Amino acid sequence: MSNTVLSLIVLLPLAGAALIGLTGFLNERFRHQEKLIGLIATSAVAIPFFIILAAFLQFTSGHGEHHDAIRFSIIPWIETAGIKINFSYHLDQLSLLMGMIVTGIGSLIHIYSIAYMHHDKGFYKFFLYLNLFIFAMLNLILGDNMAVLFLGWEGVGVCSYLLIGFWYEDMEKAKAAQKAFVANRIGDFAMIGAMFMIFGQVHSLNFADINASAGSLGDNAFWITLLLFIAATGKSAQIPLYVWLPDAMAGPTPVSALIHAATMVTSGIYLIARMHPVFNVPAAEPVLIVIAVVAAATAILAALIAIAQNDIKKVLAYSTVSQLGFMFMALGAGAYTTAIFHVMTHAFFKACLFLGSGSVIHAMHHYFDETHEHKDPQDIRFMGGLKKYMPATGMTFWISTLAIAGIPGLSGFFSKDEILANTFFSGFDHGSIYFIVWLVGTITACLTAFYMTRLTYLTFFGEARYKTDKHHPHESSPLMTIPLWILGILAVVGGYLGLPAGVFGHNAHILNHTWFHGLINNRDLEHTMHEHIALEYGLLVLAIAIAVGVVYFAYNFYAKNGLEGDEKVKKVFGSMYKWMENKFYVDEFYEKTILKPFVWAGDNIVVWFDKNIIDGVINGSASATAAVGDVIRRMQTGYVAHYALIISIGVVIIIGYLILG
Amino acid sequence: MTFDSIFQIAFFWFFAILGIAGGIGLITQKNPVMAALSLILNFFSIAGLYLSLQAEFLAVIQILVYAGAIMVLFLFVIMLLNMQDEQNQQFDVMKGLAFLLGLGFFGELLFVFNSFMGKSVSGAFPLGKVEPIGMQMMTNYLFPFEMISVVLLAALIGAIIIAKKHSYK
Amino acid sequence: MEPNAFMYLTVAAVMFAIGVVGVLTRRNGIVVFMCVELMLNAVNLSLITFSKMHSVAAAAGGAAANVNPAAGSMMVFFVMCVAAAEAVVGLAIVISIFRNKLHIDINDVNIFKW
Repeated sequence: MSNTVLSLIVLLPLAGAALIGLTGFLNERFRHQEKLIGLIATSAVAIPFFIILAAFLQFTSGHGEHHDAIRFSIIPWIETAGIKINFSYHLDQLSLLMGMIVTGIGSLIHIYSIAYMHHDKGFYKFFLYLNLFIFAMLNLILGDNMAVLFLGWEGVGVCSYLLIGFWYEDMEKAKAAQKAFVANRIGDFAMIGAMFMIFGQVHSLNFADINASAGSLGDNAFWITLLLFIAATGKSAQIPLYVWLPDAMAGPTPVSALIHAATMVTSGIYLIARMHPVFNVPAAEPVLIVIAVVAAATAILAALIAIAQNDIKKVLAYSTVSQLGFMFMALGAGAYTTAIFHVMTHAFFKACLFLGSGSVIHAMHHYFDETHEHKDPQDIRFMGGLKKYMPATGMTFWISTLAIAGIPGLSGFFSKDEILANTFFSGFDHGSIYFIVWLVGTITACLTAFYMTRLTYLTFFGEARYKTDKHHPHESSPLMTIPLWILGILAVVGGYLGLPAGVFGHNAHILNHTWFHGLINNRDLEHTMHEHIALEYGLLVLAIAIAVGVVYFAYNFYAKNGLEGDEKVKKVFGSMYKWMENKFYVDEFYEKTILKPFVWAGDNIVVWFDKNIIDGVINGSASATAAVGDVIRRMQTGYVAHYALIISIGVVIIIGYLILG
Repeated sequence: MTFDSIFQIAFFWFFAILGIAGGIGLITQKNPVMAALSLILNFFSIAGLYLSLQAEFLAVIQILVYAGAIMVLFLFVIMLLNMQDEQNQQFDVMKGLAFLLGLGFFGELLFVFNSFMGKSVSGAFPLGKVEPIGMQMMTNYLFPFEMISVVLLAALIGAIIIAKKHSYK
Repeated sequence: MEPNAFMYLTVAAVMFAIGVVGVLTRRNGIVVFMCVELMLNAVNLSLITFSKMHSVAAAAGGAAANVNPAAGSMMVFFVMCVAAAEAVVGLAIVISIFRNKLHIDINDVNIFKW
């Protein structure tokens, strides 16, 4: 494929955004042409998807042989003596896979949004931001060097901010957008630091150069990888910067599905996978342990919070944080391909869950409008029995729930089991702390199965907790259900790309042994796995038992108790439940320890500093200039003879210097 | 010593002394008209020195342009403005400084010119004639020559604008 | 003794120094102008002298290769032209000062004072 066609991958979403944005800005009538806008925006994402798909097919055509990345450059960006950075992109196995996820799910969500955002007054702006987001995300994924990646990294941050605060008239939502932006900035700062360190060591920002010279980084690798991980915690919502993601649910639900579940939040994982050679050097080994521990803590913390939430989107948001924790656990175990595998499967079922929740919210919203009730359309306590009225949504939601819970045969089972297995076997060679991480991960898997079953049951099964005599909620339009079905099917079959190698043989894991072969080198665990093959079977059985058992138990538990079930859960957890309900008071803790001092400093110290020091320096320099001028201007007598005299003296002195010196 | 060389020496000293006398007259005469006449004397002497260097064309130009045109313009303006003699000519610090500076310039110039002691200036000087000067001006120095015409035109217009009587309504 | 380059140059230096003293001491604007003309002529004399000197040296075969004997003479010509232009403009300024102040004593013209 020619470079012109390939550059369309990046340029089309930008063109779509520009077209919609400018036309919408200038032409009032265009803003209401919802079908036209939807068509433009969707095709600006769908065409790149098909181009990437074509490139993918071209890539896979040669059997098993290792392909070089396809590189193409659009325009030069920075060119000076020491540094040369172009807007250049590369398509290799990793970026192709991520690109397909982004543009594929992106296209589905664009289609879904046409129905979901129907009659919203910011319709054209929504699609402008979505297209812009896709553009930035593609820069992030396809960028050939860290500068372009960083451009995309910041770009998705901005789009995320714009979309969380899409209904900015609501102060809460505007604040949530701000929070997301600020939390992301902290990570971005670390990213810049990492870039500086890398450039200082390698003198290049190209991934190929960085990865090739990873071995020569020495002890610097420790700090570089640590900074990269901090950057990833910002974007991918890990402790301590995860607090923005649950609040980000203030945005429209398709945004939550696209940005805050499937794509943007996984960019931290992508970053680490892309730069994994740096993480593989011995000096970075402690960082991998840090990653694993932080990830495990994040996973279990978010899972505990999710149990006690009643807002359908909040549960999904904490579930996302928890699943991101799983992905980082895989990274921490050095199993980069496994993390990417989970990114993919998670993108399928979590996007499906979010879109399903959007469909539910949409329906409940209309229902409450019709019955003139003022109830929160996102609160699962007012739902129940929705499966009867919304069969498609219910069915896909249930499939995805089973997938995330890890029911065998569905995609989530394979990826999650692989993560836990990798973590467990890392414990033999790389420090027994991985066993603890594995244990925490397993407990989290139980919790995940539990709260997801609870969510689905309370929403779709059991008695309806709203009046159904005159009105009842309606199934959404096909524009919304078709994407749901596609994602639901992918959530079922996506896992077969990575069948457990230990059980099904070396080549069954297509992702590891065919697709990523030669590109991504996981930390070698195969030897350990072979030694303890029985353990692997044991882990597999344990995972199956946990998933099936917990889902079965939770289903029956809530079937028997209904909403009262929450009360019993409360008793089990005792005083901790209050903490879970209030999200462990992390927000309040940050508010007290970080925000308050900053605000206080801003109100007092900074104002004092500004008034006295900065203004003092400026006023002082002004009056000093005036005083000096007052003295020096006396030289300007206005007499020509004086000037001539001074000039002559100067000439005599200069000539004297020249002939004597 | 031939008659030629005696004549040359006499010619040089005559015009050198005359020129310096003209210069001194310029700065000592209180009456501007007398000062201008002293300067004309100086210009004629310099023309004489040019002749002694066999720069005939420039000697003629010196008399035509400087002594003829420019000094006539000066005299014309002096008469037009009907100026008085300068008053208040007693010695002050400014004059002392000026004299010292003049000496300083002279000393420094002598110091520099010292290296040309004994360099001969007698002999044929082809560039004194009109033809070689014209050749140079129309070939190597064509661009400055054209530019000088622009400078003169600008001076002409500028002088008219500046000296024009403004009517302040 | 035949007059050599140093003697001509000394005459030029004397005239230049006289011009400097005149510019600094005289108060009549027109006389100051004339002193400037005197300085210009002193420089012209030295330029002609150098031109002749190099020309003679070139004829004797001992000149430096990068010296153009014609440059001095041409320079004098252009200095004269610029001097003429300068005199015209300067006298126009003198006239307009006189018109405003009824004198041209430069020690009383200090409108550019602080």
